[in-house]
Amino acid sequence: MSKTLSYVIDKDGIATLTIDVPGKPMNVMDPAFNQDFAEATEALIGNDEVKGIIITSAKNDFMAGADLKWLLSELNSQKPAAEVFEQHYTVNRMLRRLETNGKAVVAAINGTALGGGLELCLACHYRVAARNAKTRLGLPEVNVGLLPGGGGTQKLPRLIGVKKALDLLTRGSHVSPEEALELGFVDELCEPEDLLAAARKWLLETGDPVQPWDKKGFRIPGGVGMEAPDHGNLFMAATALVAKSTKGNYPAPQAILSAVYEGTLVPIDAGLRIESRYFSTLIMHPVARNMVRTLFVNKQAADKLARRPKGVPKREVGKLGILGAGIMGAGVAYVSAAAGINTVLLDRSEDDAERGKAYSVKLTNAGIEKGRTTREKADRLLSHISTTADYSDLAGCDLVIEAVFEDRVIKANVTRQTEAMIPPDAVFASNTSTLPITGLATAFTRPDAFIGLHFFSPVDRMPLLEIILGEKTSDQTLAWALDYAQQIRKTPIVVRDSRGFYTSRVFATFTNEGMALLKDGVSPALIENAASQAGMAVGPLSVSDEVTIELIYKVDKAARADLGDDYGAPSAIDVTHEMVEEQGRLGRREGKGFYEYPQNGRKFLWPGLGNLYPIAAQQPSVEEVKNRILYIQALESARCLDEGVIMEPADADIGSILGWGFPTWTGGTLSLIETVGLTEFAAECDRMAKAYGPRFLPNEALRRMAAEGKTFYD
Amino acid sequence: MTDAYLFDHVRTPRGRGKSNGSLHEITPIQLATQVLIAIRDRNDLDTRRVDDIVLGCVAPLGEQGADIARVSALNADYDTSAPGKQVHRFCASGLEAVNSAAAQIMSGQSDLCIGGGVEAMSRVPMSSDGGAWFMDPAVAHKTHFIPQGISADLLATLHGISRHDVDSYSVESQRRAAESWSKGYFDRSVVPVRDQLGLTILERDEHIRAGTTVEDLAKLTAAFEKMGESMGFNAVALQRYPEVERINHVHHAGNSSGIVDGAAATLIGTEALGKELGLKPRARIVGFASTGSEPTIMLTGPSPASRKVLKRCGMSVSDIDLFELNEAFAAVVLLYMQDMEIPHDRINVNGGAIAMGHPLGATGAMILGTLLDELERRDLSTGLVTLCVGAGMGTATIIERV
Repeated sequence: MSKTLSYVIDKDGIATLTIDVPGKPMNVMDPAFNQDFAEATEALIGNDEVKGIIITSAKNDFMAGADLKWLLSELNSQKPAAEVFEQHYTVNRMLRRLETNGKAVVAAINGTALGGGLELCLACHYRVAARNAKTRLGLPEVNVGLLPGGGGTQKLPRLIGVKKALDLLTRGSHVSPEEALELGFVDELCEPEDLLAAARKWLLETGDPVQPWDKKGFRIPGGVGMEAPDHGNLFMAATALVAKSTKGNYPAPQAILSAVYEGTLVPIDAGLRIESRYFSTLIMHPVARNMVRTLFVNKQAADKLARRPKGVPKREVGKLGILGAGIMGAGVAYVSAAAGINTVLLDRSEDDAERGKAYSVKLTNAGIEKGRTTREKADRLLSHISTTADYSDLAGCDLVIEAVFEDRVIKANVTRQTEAMIPPDAVFASNTSTLPITGLATAFTRPDAFIGLHFFSPVDRMPLLEIILGEKTSDQTLAWALDYAQQIRKTPIVVRDSRGFYTSRVFATFTNEGMALLKDGVSPALIENAASQAGMAVGPLSVSDEVTIELIYKVDKAARADLGDDYGAPSAIDVTHEMVEEQGRLGRREGKGFYEYPQNGRKFLWPGLGNLYPIAAQQPSVEEVKNRILYIQALESARCLDEGVIMEPADADIGSILGWGFPTWTGGTLSLIETVGLTEFAAECDRMAKAYGPRFLPNEALRRMAAEGKTFYD
Repeated sequence: MTDAYLFDHVRTPRGRGKSNGSLHEITPIQLATQVLIAIRDRNDLDTRRVDDIVLGCVAPLGEQGADIARVSALNADYDTSAPGKQVHRFCASGLEAVNSAAAQIMSGQSDLCIGGGVEAMSRVPMSSDGGAWFMDPAVAHKTHFIPQGISADLLATLHGISRHDVDSYSVESQRRAAESWSKGYFDRSVVPVRDQLGLTILERDEHIRAGTTVEDLAKLTAAFEKMGESMGFNAVALQRYPEVERINHVHHAGNSSGIVDGAAATLIGTEALGKELGLKPRARIVGFASTGSEPTIMLTGPSPASRKVLKRCGMSVSDIDLFELNEAFAAVVLLYMQDMEIPHDRINVNGGAIAMGHPLGATGAMILGTLLDELERRDLSTGLVTLCVGAGMGTATIIERV
């Protein structure tokens, strides 16, 4: 018998097929399962004793979709289209065979069924689900850049109508069994212990082996085409809303709309072929590959501490010290306390420290209001945070994170005061975003236990932790820092010391390019819209206002002072001088920057920009502006890899998406270069270097890789 | 090439295109039938001589489907030898029908044709025929489709046309339309719509709001703002026009063309046949042209179409005495005037669709007739009629009195 499932046939001729994929916490679909399933169902169909079939799972959940690691190998496929179509249409053919075999089939849904798992259920003639608060049912494929390719785009609308199906399919949302019953894609609910009995009962008493869409006179609920006058507006708005959210960068939601639109106008078999065609276009498209690789496979690996040095025993932080109760310190305190870590929040005065704790009070109160937490849980969280102005309270800390003002002298001072109080095996971390770690470590007598932990603001919402190795940081210190990252559920990336490390350094090229475009006479609206269309969360001018133009200006001044002869001015840094020193427009905090911020009303671009940087008569294409904005960041990442600041390409990709909102469709900065093609990317950079300046010149390592036909993930 | 001459034209009054509009209880086939009867009877036309009847219609389905041109001719008791076809070029369909009829004359393949159009918007709503353009997600995405009202606001934004500009224009349109009616300028061409008993249902345009002021219009909320934001269309517009920071929504019911019911017909033929049938040529169709323009904004076709036809005819703007540009939205006319350097006193001198309404399939033929009547009244010679067209097109026709 097959490995991933088994079946028994009882005296009434009811076969119960139980899925139990070995070595996985949840049943997933891969070629081995598909083969087992096809063989088992053929055997049952051909067995005259079998009158009806129940499909269920031996695990807590019914079944998730495809195994993402296997799926990744299929994505960005370079195979001929006919082959890709045939491979993926096989699943539809198999499920179609199941639902037209002449014997009734019931899905006994014991737990969560997502993606392919739910599509298997939709290919059954009846769906009975156990009442289970943890069960989620949905077709989330859109979130990995795909569409439900096992009949989901065809059968869901045929069961619940086009409008409701589109909503679930394009958002990839999932629902409870109760909501699924209400929507109409679950037929019956029962208590978990009655599940198989309920399935049997239906088979014995009703056992209708014909799908609604195979019955004569079938009509899709709510109608389709000319019989559904609201569909003009429905598809018109759905298409525009998809365009609004995807900016045309993600093909999957668009393909879902088309598969539903075209597929529901024809009989089911033609609909399934249409679905498989659109599915194949997504399989062959780089965006699904990019999303699955970075956001799922590699992110999951990072969360499981793939970068943790081997052989170091795990050490969780029992007591944490935080120096400085400003925005960052307060945020770190919150996420640490939320993870159950006893946290000492230290500032110059008890009052200052209390103000930092007040942030956690505010967040927990908001959580209670929105029903995300309870008073009891909130109180427990808050009880983990103590405030002080006394360094002796840091005694016994496993880890101390410094989050004071970005000033070497102040940092050195608090470092020394802390070291006097903490255990000899404690780790000391700095949350600096700009100052090199190796230099800061000189204030600590054990530089091997000194590390950079760069959090992002707001700490409670930003999922990334950039861990920076100083020259002398030990493997043990890194391992413990990663253990802490896992404790507070942040996704860690590990980088080497460099000015701005990885994230701040590359992010600076984004804001700089925005200002460089301004200097080149590109219309500010075009700059901002192009960035948004490229998929950046906010435009470079807008984000400069957010971090403040003044900060960019000051960080550059500090770099100039520090680096001496090694300093190279960013190409458009003079814009910050102009804005800060001449115009007094420091950023959003002061109510004016590249934008105006009216008291009651939406912000708008400062009209005075046109006088400072006159808009050229000839404007570049939006594609050109998008590429300038994306490519400069990608190129700087490639340089980071070249210089060893980045050690693993996955860190660059994860860090760019989670750290500063580099567009997800790209899979991250380095994946973007792969998507464009290294040779073409280098050639484009050379062209841009000629047009816009030497900052676009590709580094030699990149040229070499391109010439040798290599990629980052080989 | 044979010259095509305009002998006559008629139109119905325009009824409010709602369930409370006077023409709502009249079928579209009746509207078309009644203008065909009128143009036959007032010209003593032997319908055996009619080579073709071409009618524009933009929602040719349901009771407007199945070749309404042929069936209305049968219904009007035209001789069975008079064939008919229905054409569709969105808002220019009525003018397209005239051009198509004229083309048959000019090419020597017909001697006498009727061109016109019909649209009962209260009964067969706009867009009820669906269409891949906006329904098929792949096509709507590819063409950056947005509803036309948002296109009009985008056009105003791109060209710095303000709310005050569009409202002021519209007030003047209302004033001109009201004055033209009160002075009887439309009397010669408007034929009342009658019921089964022969009783008059409507004899004047009922969408018109005489005495509208800028202050009145200022009270109206921009009609397309909410839809643009909540349904994603503004974002689509900006994806096509990334140089725009934000769309300034200026259009509303008071400065956009009215939704109305109506029909029109023109009689076109050769000089020789006119002589034989005792028809007096009133104008010569000098030339016509259509052109495509950017489809997201879709309202900028009139200028290139006008330039195209002027060039084909070896003429320039200064050779044209009066212009008619369909008032789809006020900004469309303001942009055209700016672009073509046409003063307001030479364009839409009798008001337009903002005041009187725009029965999609018929308007082109209606405003061609309005233009001819006004050239005669002022004893001027040349006129150019043009319309902006859905999916980004423009159609223009030049006539010259004889």
